[in-house]
Amino acid sequence: MVNRVLVTGLGVVSPLGTGVEPFWANLTAGVSGAGPITRFDATAFSTRFAAEVKDFDPLRYIDKKEARHMDRFTQFALVAANMALADAGLDLEKTDRDRVGVILGSGIGGIETLEEQHKVLLNKGPGRISPFFIPMMIANMGAGQIAIAHRLRGCNVTTTSACASSNNAVGDACRILQRGQADVMITGGSEAPITPMAVAGFCAMKALSTRNDQPQQASRPFDAGRDGFVIGEGAGILILETEAHALARGARIYAEVTGYGTSCDAYHITASDPEGGGAALAMSLALLDAGLSPADIDYINAHGTSTPLGDRSETTAIKHVFGTAAARLAVSSTKSMTGHLLGAAGGVESVACVLAIDRGVIPPTINYEQPDPECDLDYVPNCARVAPVRAALNNSFGFGGHNATLVFKKYER
Amino acid sequence: MSVFDKVKSIIVEQLGVEEADVNMEASFIEDLGADSLDIVELVMALEEEFDLVIPDEDAEKIRTVGEAVKYIQDHQ
Repeated sequence: MVNRVLVTGLGVVSPLGTGVEPFWANLTAGVSGAGPITRFDATAFSTRFAAEVKDFDPLRYIDKKEARHMDRFTQFALVAANMALADAGLDLEKTDRDRVGVILGSGIGGIETLEEQHKVLLNKGPGRISPFFIPMMIANMGAGQIAIAHRLRGCNVTTTSACASSNNAVGDACRILQRGQADVMITGGSEAPITPMAVAGFCAMKALSTRNDQPQQASRPFDAGRDGFVIGEGAGILILETEAHALARGARIYAEVTGYGTSCDAYHITASDPEGGGAALAMSLALLDAGLSPADIDYINAHGTSTPLGDRSETTAIKHVFGTAAARLAVSSTKSMTGHLLGAAGGVESVACVLAIDRGVIPPTINYEQPDPECDLDYVPNCARVAPVRAALNNSFGFGGHNATLVFKKYER
Repeated sequence: MSVFDKVKSIIVEQLGVEEADVNMEASFIEDLGADSLDIVELVMALEEEFDLVIPDEDAEKIRTVGEAVKYIQDHQ
């Protein structure tokens, strides 16, 4: 028997706010989280703006000594996980901690720590490298620290599939619960890539928007004037539970995770397949897994990073999978507001899908001004839409050709 | 600032403890909650602050704040 898997808690640290309510309020109000980079001096960079998490004081949430020994991405992960656990109302004292696990996604891990310690190596020599360098940097430490904080002894893994990392994490966590190998999984992802090396690297690839004079208008997925993505940071965490476990404790239920499909373009290290074949395969597999047909889906939270090629190939893929049903489908890219959180994107966007289902509001694609003839779906332009959402897809695609699609559905007993 | 005061401020910063808990008798591990990685980091910070080289075999013998202060005073 396959267990049904329910979403019972949410936590967000994002450029639109820390906490689910500010995040959702800004997401449905069409607010941009982008602005000039403050994390470092970006004067010499071709892109000098990003979607930063603002006013995040780790000491509000984490013990001072612990916080000193966590990279920013781990701080985001732990804070969002604590919020999600509180939201779920899960009393861990009454829970079998051997059956609570963590699967998070992160594309890069602790790159800020890596950069700082590399400076130490060059300036002071190898004898001054911090003993905390390795444990702070490794990409799996977000999941590790959450487990340590709450003594959770179940499955603990981190997925790395670039910008698809979090969707793979949520999908894999769902599988563990379906198979009955855990009762509760903390999942989603975290990323803190607004550092000189990471931004310079994406600049070198010409992947980032260079609309430096208008940061808040720069992320414009599917708009004809799009010129690259806006790098963002943060974490999005979901508490998943087996139906039996959630019902037994009388948990509030946001939605059900019913489908997961994952594939690879097997085409190019960074460019998406222009035919969208891999993306279409992931969506088809997710629908099949959910036992749903295209007509059952009301909303897609698109990968939609605002790159010229990526948005076009995702549109092609959606039309290929949905056929005539594509015409009545609402497709939005919340990256127009949050920026692109890389390995954390799927976590934050899963939260957006779950809230869209729970609250019957579809967040918009902002900065949509000039239609691109090759992107001709309903992108929910500029204003949130009040509409019932029976089921939603969350797409995430990553460098390496990784594709991962999740299906969330309104829960019915 | 005395050697003790300098050592104390480093300990407070690195181990996240209260100033009042840092006295000459306090053990890094038992009283101040340090683990083996904390000790390595602390020794490094003391080396930097006092421009010393503390060999591993000496560092292993430093278990309390007082022993650290004495070691620094003897080797400066």
